[in-house]
Amino acid sequence: MPHRMSTLRRYLGIHAALMRYSLIHEMQFKVNFLLWIVVEALWFGLQLAFMGVLYGHTDQIAGWTRWEVVLLVGCNQFIQQLFHTFFVTNLSNLSELIRKGTLDLLLLQPVNTRFLISVKKFEIGNIANALMGLAVVAYALAQLDRVPTPAQWVGFAVVCLAGLSVHYSLMFLLACISFWTVRAQGIVWGYYNLFNIARLPAEAFPKGVYRAVFTWVLPMLLVSNVPAKLLAQRLASPWDWVSLLAMAVACFVASELFWRFSLRHYTSASA
Amino acid sequence: MSHSVPAASGPWAKYAHVVSMGIQNTLVYRANFLFRAAFGLVPLTATLFLWEAIYSGRPAGSAIGAYTLGQMVSYYLLVTVIDAITAVAEDDWQIAADIKDGAVSQFLLKPLDYLAYRLCLYLSGRVVYTGVALIPVALFLFFQRGHLVGPSDPWCWVLVPISVFLAGLLQFLIAYTVALLSFWVLDVSTFIFIQFAFEYLASGHLFPLDILPDALHRLLLWSPYPYLLHFPAGVYLGRIRGDDLWRGFCMQAAWVVAAFLIARFTWSRGLRQYTAVGG
Repeated sequence: MPHRMSTLRRYLGIHAALMRYSLIHEMQFKVNFLLWIVVEALWFGLQLAFMGVLYGHTDQIAGWTRWEVVLLVGCNQFIQQLFHTFFVTNLSNLSELIRKGTLDLLLLQPVNTRFLISVKKFEIGNIANALMGLAVVAYALAQLDRVPTPAQWVGFAVVCLAGLSVHYSLMFLLACISFWTVRAQGIVWGYYNLFNIARLPAEAFPKGVYRAVFTWVLPMLLVSNVPAKLLAQRLASPWDWVSLLAMAVACFVASELFWRFSLRHYTSASA
Repeated sequence: MSHSVPAASGPWAKYAHVVSMGIQNTLVYRANFLFRAAFGLVPLTATLFLWEAIYSGRPAGSAIGAYTLGQMVSYYLLVTVIDAITAVAEDDWQIAADIKDGAVSQFLLKPLDYLAYRLCLYLSGRVVYTGVALIPVALFLFFQRGHLVGPSDPWCWVLVPISVFLAGLLQFLIAYTVALLSFWVLDVSTFIFIQFAFEYLASGHLFPLDILPDALHRLLLWSPYPYLLHFPAGVYLGRIRGDDLWRGFCMQAAWVVAAFLIARFTWSRGLRQYTAVGG
């Protein structure tokens, strides 16, 4: 057990050092740093505006009221921006690491390679956008007159982590396709496209292939819906959060297996 | 496509050459384009489901902002098709890169106009993208054929292509001008995304603009954005007719001319800033 602890502390130390390095790098371009926060805030505003226009013409969508959907969009923003903060840049960079042969260097480090690839760069600006998402969540809760208990906030944190882990695992898995084709970047950004459906109420989708695929294969309709339902106290049964946690584990295992399989097929690009 | 045309055949020959070169270059990305077009259908399907859910909560045959469900679905399908034909793909990033790494220098020496050159590459990119995207989009349209509304008027076969053509020109000129900001700023991508956010909303990509409150809708019609998607789609659906139709075409043409002048002005101003890095 003490050995475990020291390993954990070592990895946390490496993570902290990488974060510090990213931060110093980022602060060299302050205006650009602020502009990126503006860009993300604008797109968030756009999502809210879209819902605002829809609810100008209807009182409910598949049983979701206006403020419940705002809550959902806020939760989705929170999770998505955390994903951005820690992982998106790193994962979309994997194909470059392979193409240029830089991966060799990382493979030789005395640290888990997957860990290094995943947390190399830290986008601090997106934290600000994640907090905006959280602020919208709080505002929507006030409008709904719901006050979550401390236990519900803990549950919220857990399901958000599970959602984050789903995004991470799936994008990592897609990024591993770069081991076979240099054009995997398009596929990785394609995943980014799928993100868009996570902020919609799952009940709006008729039972069928589409809904099944995006619940049980690429669980986009769970990652943000479950946290939002939990806070809005709309969870009908524990089945929802149990399936999200199960899918989070399944996606992570699948990505780890595929990663190991891919590494076995890796032939370096550099000399 | 043969283009061993002697220089004597006029200035068109060299630009025809650029187009064919552009087509060959972008054909390399056909698999990427296919992924892009196919992945793009996933959020589109989601949006259509969302609208179906909204309409199902109302009495059958009811309309939102004078759109029946069929017209609403058709609107989104039209926007998808027009977007596939006109959207800029990599053009703005390439222009920014040309400026950053000094590749524009050669255009100052060659008898080739940079704007015309980029326009040719944009056109060739659109030809390839439309060709590739046709497969998934046509399949999708086939599955949605029950909802698809036909053109409102025989004249549409003339008017819609004209408005889509003008929309393409406008789309290119906007992207071109934003990319030229690279003459002044370090990283133009933030400006590209900020511009795109406004375009996404005000062009009618997210929802048809005429379900907005009337005053807001009328205000937006003075901006260039509705003429990228909302206007051509509205012409097809017969929602824009009579005086509005001719006024719309005039506004669209006026914005194309204005965007061209702004692009030229920005270019000449930018060149004064330009210090050919890497020459």
